[in-house]
Amino acid sequence: MKDRRGIVIGLVAVIAAAGVAPLLSAYPLTLLTQAAIVAVLAMSLDVLLGYTGLPSLGHAAYFGVAAYAVGILATDYQRGFLVCLVAGLVLATLTAAVFGLLAIRATGTYFLMITLALGMVVWGLAFRWVSMTKGDNGIAGVPRPELGLPWSMGAPLPFFYVVLVAALVAWALLGLLVRSPFGLTLQGIRESDSRMRALGYNVWLHKYLAFVLSGAFAGFAGVFWAYYNGFVSPVDVQLVTSVETLLMVALGGPGTLAGPALGAALIVFLKNFVSVYTKRWLLILGAVYIGVILFAPRGVPGAFRRNR
Amino acid sequence: MTVEFWIVQTFNGLSYGALLFLLASGLSLIFGVMRIVNLAHGSYFLLGGYIALSVIWRTSTFPLALLAGAVAIALVGIGMERLFLRRLAGQTLGQVLMTVGFALIFQDLALLIWGGDPYSLPLPSWLQGVVTAGALRFPKYRIFIMAVAVVIGALLWLALDRTRVGAMIRAAVDDAEMAQGVGIRVPTVSLGVFALGALLAALGGGIGGGFLGVYPGLDFEILPYAFVVIIVGGLGSLPGAMVGSLLVGLLDNFGKALFPELAYFTLFAPMALILALRPTGLFGRT
Amino acid sequence: MRTRAFTVLLLATFVAPLLAPPAPAAQGAPIKIGFLAPLTGPFAQIGKDMVNGTELFLDEIKREVAGRKVELIVEDTEGQPSTALNKSRKLVEQDKVHLLTGGLLANVGYALQPFIDGAQIPATYPVIAADDITQRKPAKWIVRTGWTTSQPMHPFADWVLKNTKYKKITTIGMDYAFGYETVGGFQRVFEEGGGQIVQKIWTPLNTNDFAPFLSQIKRDSDAVLALFVGRLALQFMKQYEEAGLHGKLPLLGGGTTTDESVLPQMGDEALGTLTALHYSQAIDSPANQKFARAFEARAGKIASYYSEATYTNMRWITEAIKAVGGKAEDRAALLAALRKVDIKDTARGPLSVDAHGNPVQTIYIRKVERVGGKLQNTVITSYPAVSQFWKYKAEDYLKQPLYAREYPPCKACQ
Repeated sequence: MKDRRGIVIGLVAVIAAAGVAPLLSAYPLTLLTQAAIVAVLAMSLDVLLGYTGLPSLGHAAYFGVAAYAVGILATDYQRGFLVCLVAGLVLATLTAAVFGLLAIRATGTYFLMITLALGMVVWGLAFRWVSMTKGDNGIAGVPRPELGLPWSMGAPLPFFYVVLVAALVAWALLGLLVRSPFGLTLQGIRESDSRMRALGYNVWLHKYLAFVLSGAFAGFAGVFWAYYNGFVSPVDVQLVTSVETLLMVALGGPGTLAGPALGAALIVFLKNFVSVYTKRWLLILGAVYIGVILFAPRGVPGAFRRNR
Repeated sequence: MTVEFWIVQTFNGLSYGALLFLLASGLSLIFGVMRIVNLAHGSYFLLGGYIALSVIWRTSTFPLALLAGAVAIALVGIGMERLFLRRLAGQTLGQVLMTVGFALIFQDLALLIWGGDPYSLPLPSWLQGVVTAGALRFPKYRIFIMAVAVVIGALLWLALDRTRVGAMIRAAVDDAEMAQGVGIRVPTVSLGVFALGALLAALGGGIGGGFLGVYPGLDFEILPYAFVVIIVGGLGSLPGAMVGSLLVGLLDNFGKALFPELAYFTLFAPMALILALRPTGLFGRT
Repeated sequence: MRTRAFTVLLLATFVAPLLAPPAPAAQGAPIKIGFLAPLTGPFAQIGKDMVNGTELFLDEIKREVAGRKVELIVEDTEGQPSTALNKSRKLVEQDKVHLLTGGLLANVGYALQPFIDGAQIPATYPVIAADDITQRKPAKWIVRTGWTTSQPMHPFADWVLKNTKYKKITTIGMDYAFGYETVGGFQRVFEEGGGQIVQKIWTPLNTNDFAPFLSQIKRDSDAVLALFVGRLALQFMKQYEEAGLHGKLPLLGGGTTTDESVLPQMGDEALGTLTALHYSQAIDSPANQKFARAFEARAGKIASYYSEATYTNMRWITEAIKAVGGKAEDRAALLAALRKVDIKDTARGPLSVDAHGNPVQTIYIRKVERVGGKLQNTVITSYPAVSQFWKYKAEDYLKQPLYAREYPPCKACQ
């Protein structure tokens, strides 16, 4: 019941965005594009947080590693979309595979701390491995990809549709994943680690695979992020980015996929619009964090559901 | 590499480690008792520095400035714990996001109140200058930082190890439910520990103000160091925080002096190694 | 109920602005100028100086040029490239500004360049100094009204060679492009004139403790050249003295090391430091005195190069708008006019533009002194009409690689 409503709301949002897009001017369109990319990132974290019960504070790492892969390959080596996409996905997956080995043993707050620390390692590399990442200056001039389609990706509208399709694909795949027997096991682990172990499930392996898959999808978002901005910098891998992703999931309601995606869109619009009206928008963003936790602990959708 | 090089760098590393101890010991205690990852801890450090700055501008009394900053932030900590964090006991994610929200608000308030200019806390004359030993020069202020850290460390250790309150805190760290069961008022202990942690961080910020300066962005710059310290040392352990801060201070210093290109790697790589070998840190309970 | 009220409020805050119509773009309407500056985050104070400098000039001309009103739209970059990019899109595509200006850090400059050229919007960089934006990777639509990083350092090295006995110099600077270009510019001219750089030390951007770096400085150097910005400059100076180096090893520096944005917070440890920049608050010209006084009255703090840069930038822009008769809609003409500006009496002296879109301007050699109880950058001498290429031919200069961590190579190190 809950699932179906999420899918319906999500689809309505996607169709509305797709339908309204040609009418929008370039700026709102780029925000929609941004929202779609960040939505994939939020959904990937939701697999860990919402379905497996593992709150990661280092999720920007996989996102950023993939973005850097694209940035470096597309500028220094002039590689096309397919090479960049594969490289970004592989690198993000590998990073998650290594980090997972260190992190999965821990639970709860310890897991939070360890993923935070590992995320910092990646940030340190982005910041200091200047010969590869150009350090604080970042990698500029990442060209939009040529996809062999009749439309130039340099224009906002075709690029938005491509990103929207990519986000839909990610949503569908993640949706299948969480509804598969594997996904149901994850939810079982979220509810009770020990019970699942007693039932003979390999809990470690399930968590580990969820961790790696989640990292891979974060990388998928990172690939498009690099193309969208045309720019990659240490900001993309810093702690604040990871924390913001957590907020998006919390805001949208963990364990619903569509919820975190909409939460992501909400935060993107909030940041961009509020900061136009006031310099004090950090105060407002801080209040939103606190407000969400105090008044809508199950996310905005949860808040409405309770009242019905 | 001369002997002098090693002596001077060790001294520098230890003095930086001493400052980190003030910051990290509180974070570690808070974590131990309440299992909270407090991302606003760097903000306490920064605000402690700013308040000390304001007081010293008006009174020119250094100890008073440090004290005022520490006490004011302890009160802020009490407010945060009592009014907000307590409602979220056991909700890891909620607590983290809540502290982030506060960190953002503190950041903006600091900008609003003190402006964005970088400042350095003016030092009293008795802390300026250097102590010379042969060709070696040791700034007095760094010696002062180490002395403060040693005193605070000893007091904390005595308090935890030898007093009734300390025993209650240790019991709460070991097993909060059990402690509650034997009649320890864990919420009160938690509140006290949280205030103490905030106080120590703000004291560190005031002392650090004469050395690192006070400037916007310091909060999120110093925070990772505190986390590395307690991850290396072990969450919730006072000896862990001591050893961790010294280790991090030394690693950071020698890393920068010997391999400047790898500045963060020399800090994060050992941390990752320790995580791999001992996930709970050097002194953490397994 | 509380929950629901909160969520409704949250939703409303962002849905409402979505409904606002985009700005109309009619002739006779005000000329819109989009201004980017970091108003939150670690650089917020500098961002405020930049806005104040801009507003000061606009107020002086009563926000009117060539018979049209001028409207300034300020957006916060948070000092982050991706935010700067978003805000630029908003300014250009939503607000339909006629010109884009501002920006502080090089990473923002590099990130915006493809967007600006792609959108074909006339733009100026008053502060961003990364050399290549007007050198090897020139941006067609960007005119620099500020400076290139290495521009003051070429004449500075020339001056040090001719006026001091320093022959062997150690450099210590921030480990990023701004540091490389400062040190590189100095090194090239200094070594071509017979001096030697004997050691180069690079410190990470978020260094807190300079002790490990200071203890490495070769004590037999004749002097030390330092390049720091903001709070790093403040701490470096203090710790340089703490390490017992002040007075022992004379200190030279890039202009930001003693910039007026941090100088008032420094103490005696800064005295005697020699630096070079295209501005000093202590320049003794009527134009500068007038600007410096007006700025201090407005902002309650002394002018720095950041505020002068944006003040003069706005003057430059209005000169260009006047030159096209107020027709800011003609982007190509406005760009051409921006590239032809020639002003004799700015606060920092005469300004003209070279063929690559960078100012040709006076470079001041400055020394920190205490005058009337306050520290200032006293102008010792000045080099008029310095181009970004110094005395080299532009073609030859551009064949050299960009100054970098390892370029020019340090032959005398070890």
